[in-house]
Amino acid sequence: MQSMTFGRAINAGLHKAMENDPKVILMGEDVGKLGGVFRITDGLQDHFGANRVVDTPLAEAGIMGSAVGLAYRGYRPVVEIQFDGFIYPAFDQIVCQVAKLHYRTQGRVHMPITIRVPFGGGIGSPEHHSESPEAYFTHTSGLRVVSPSTPQDAYVLIQQAIASNDPVLYFEPKRRYHVKREVDEAMELGALPMGSGRVVVPGSDVTLVTYGPLVPTAMDAAEAGAEDGISIEVIDLRSLAPIDYSLIEASVRKTGRLVVSHEASQTGGLGAEIATTITERCFEYLEAAPVRVTGFDIPYPPSKLESHHLPDLDRILDGVDLALGRRATLLGQKG
Amino acid sequence: MRCVLLITHDLPLSSDHQELDDGPESDELIQLITQDGERTQGSVLQRWIQDVTDEQLGSLYEDMVVIRRIDTEATYLQRQGELALWPPLLGQEAAQIGSARSLRKDDFVFSSYRESGVAYCRGVDFEDLTRVWRGNSHSSWDPFVLNMATPQVIIGAQTLHATGYAMGIKNDGADSVAVTYFGDGATSQGDVNEAMVFASSFQLPVIFFCQNNHWAISEPVSLQASVPLSRRAPGFGIPSLRVDGNDVLAVMAATRSALDRARSGGGPTFIEAVTYRMGPHTTADDPHRYRNVDELAGWAAKDPIARLEKYLKSSGRFIDGFQRLVADKSDAVAHAMREACKNMLDPEPITVFDNVFSEPHAALTRQKEAYAHYLSTFAAAE
Ligand SMILES: Cc1ncc(C[n+]2csc(CCOP(=O)(O)OP(=O)(O)O)c2C)c(N)n1
Repeated sequence: MQSMTFGRAINAGLHKAMENDPKVILMGEDVGKLGGVFRITDGLQDHFGANRVVDTPLAEAGIMGSAVGLAYRGYRPVVEIQFDGFIYPAFDQIVCQVAKLHYRTQGRVHMPITIRVPFGGGIGSPEHHSESPEAYFTHTSGLRVVSPSTPQDAYVLIQQAIASNDPVLYFEPKRRYHVKREVDEAMELGALPMGSGRVVVPGSDVTLVTYGPLVPTAMDAAEAGAEDGISIEVIDLRSLAPIDYSLIEASVRKTGRLVVSHEASQTGGLGAEIATTITERCFEYLEAAPVRVTGFDIPYPPSKLESHHLPDLDRILDGVDLALGRRATLLGQKG
Repeated sequence: MRCVLLITHDLPLSSDHQELDDGPESDELIQLITQDGERTQGSVLQRWIQDVTDEQLGSLYEDMVVIRRIDTEATYLQRQGELALWPPLLGQEAAQIGSARSLRKDDFVFSSYRESGVAYCRGVDFEDLTRVWRGNSHSSWDPFVLNMATPQVIIGAQTLHATGYAMGIKNDGADSVAVTYFGDGATSQGDVNEAMVFASSFQLPVIFFCQNNHWAISEPVSLQASVPLSRRAPGFGIPSLRVDGNDVLAVMAATRSALDRARSGGGPTFIEAVTYRMGPHTTADDPHRYRNVDELAGWAAKDPIARLEKYLKSSGRFIDGFQRLVADKSDAVAHAMREACKNMLDPEPITVFDNVFSEPHAALTRQKEAYAHYLSTFAAAE
C-alpha cells in the first residue's frame, strides 16, 4: 500500500491503463508538457510519448469530435476537459455523437471514451471554474457518469472507466485533489464494479446519499450526528448513471429517512431523481419526505460567496434534522 | 488620472482599400518603429499615422508605462493574498494601448480576460480592475458606460458577440465599430471561426484583434496554426494584417486602417498583433515547465516600452522631466488601485440570489427568503 494524493492516484491509474493497453490515448489542453493545469497527467508524456499524450489545439468540440474518430479506429481516448465550465463547447459532440453512436449503429460501433472533468467548487476560482454539470449528462442515455471520492476509488474508477466499452464521464472533485490516503494498487477492478455505490458510514436513523466532493462533508455530518445521538448512514454513490438504487433502497428500508446532498443546483438535479425513485420504490418504508440539501438555483457565485452556495456541515445537519422531524422546514433550502 | 484619447475620428476617410483587399500576400510583419527605436518609412500603413506627433507618442508611452505598473501592482496584490488570481499582460502593452487608443468612444469592445490595458484606455475605475480577480463579483463595470463588454473567460465566445453587435450597428446605419480581442489559442475555437463566417457573409463592421502572444497556457502558437494566424481570415473572405505587436505605432496604424474600412462600409478586418507574454499565463501558472529562457530573453530585447523610449530619446523631444512625471503618475495610479482593492468590502451573502432573473421568479424568491431566515438563525445565536 502506498499513500497518495487524490490527484496522484488518478495519475497512477492512467499510467497503469496506458501500460496495459497501447490503444489508450490521452488528449486535451496542456496535458503534455505541463501535465495539465492540475498536474494530473504529470510525467505521462515523458513516459509514453507525444503520440499517446496529446496536447491538442484549444478547441473542446475539436477534442471531443476527434475522440469519436479515434474510437472508430479502435482507440480508447481519455479526454481531459480542463475545467467543468469548458465542457459546453463539447456538449454537442458528447450528447449527440458520443452518447448515441452505439445505439445508432445497432451496436456496431463502440465509443470507449473516458471524459475526465475536474468539477465542483471550493477552490476560490473565477467564473466557469467551479460548476457541477453532471445532471446534463446523467439525463442523456448512452453515457455512464461516475465520480470518485477517495484516492483508492479514483485509482480504481479511472481504470474501470477506460476499460468500459461505453463512454464514461469521470467527474473529479477538484477540491479534493490534494487529499492523501492509502491506495492499494493491487486491488482487483472487479471487487467493486463501476456501477455500484458504497456505504461509507453505517447507520440506522437516516440515510444520507452523496458523491464526489461532498462525501467527506457527509462523513463529518455522520460524526457530528453521532455526538448528538443520531445514527446517519452515509452512501457514496460513486456511479451517478446508472445509480445503484438497490443499495439506497436497502438503506432506506432500514432507516426510513432519506437526505440527498450535492453541490449542483437543486432543480432538475440528481437529488430530485433519487428522491422520486426512492419514493416510488420505498414509499411504505418512508417516515418522512425525502430531503434535498444542494446548491441554490443560481449561477455559481463569485468566490467570496461560494461558501454560501455549497452545502456545508451545518446545512446538511439541518437537512438531517428535517428528515428526522426535528424541525418543520428546511432552513435555507426549501424552494 | 485618465488617459486622453487621441483624436482619431476626424481623420479623412479613405476610399482606397487596395492594400488591404489584396489580402496578406506576404506574411511580412509590419513595423513602423524598429527594435532600436528608429522610425521606418515606406510601409503601406505609414499614412495612417502621419498626424501622430512626438507629443502624442509621449502620451502613448505614458499609458504603456502606467498599465505596466498597474499590472505589476496587481501581480503583487495576488502574491500578498489580496487577489485570488491575476492574468498579467507584461509585454503586450503596445498591442493593447496602440489599438484601444485608436478607438472612438462609441466603438464597442468585446475582450477576453487579459485586456486590462484596453479597459484602462476605456476609462475604467481602478477599483474595477481588481474586483473580479478578488472574487467579489463576476463583472466590474457597466458595459454601456465604458462601451466595453465585461471580460470573457470562455475562450473565443466574445468574438461572436462582437459580430452580433456589429450586425446591430450595420442595421442601425451607424458608423461605429465592434472590436473583439482574443489570443492565438482562441483562433482554434469553433466560435471564433463561426464569428468570421458571420462577419464576412454580412460584411459587418467588426475588427478581429488577435494578440498572438505565442502561448496558450503551455501550448505554443505552432500547435494552433502551422501558418501565420493572419492567413486564416482571408479564407473566410476577411482581409488581414500582420503587425509587430510590440510597436505601438504599427498597431495604431493597423487599427486605424481597419476602423476606417469598417466605418466606410468595407466590412471586417483581422489584425494579428505579434507580441509575447513575458510573464506566466496567470499567477497560478508556472512557465518554467514549458518555456525556455532564451526565448524569453529574445523577446525581452523587443520590449515595447523600451523601444518607444529609445525613439523618444533620439527624437530629442523626450525630456527627462517627462519620464519622472510618468513614473510619478504610475505610482499614484498603482497606489490608488491598491487602496481601492484593499478597502473593497466583501459582498453580502444574500446577494448570491440577485440578478439571476430580471423578473421575479417564485421558486428562487422562496429559496432566497429561506436562506435569509437560515442566516438569521446564526446571527441570533451570536
Ligand atoms: C472554452 C475554454 N477552454 C479552456 C479554457 C481554459 N483556458 C483559459 S486561458 C487558456 C489559454 C488561452 O490562450 P490564448 O487564447 O492564446 O490567450 P492568452 O491567455 O494567451 O491571452 C485556456 C486553455 C477556457 N477559459 N475556455
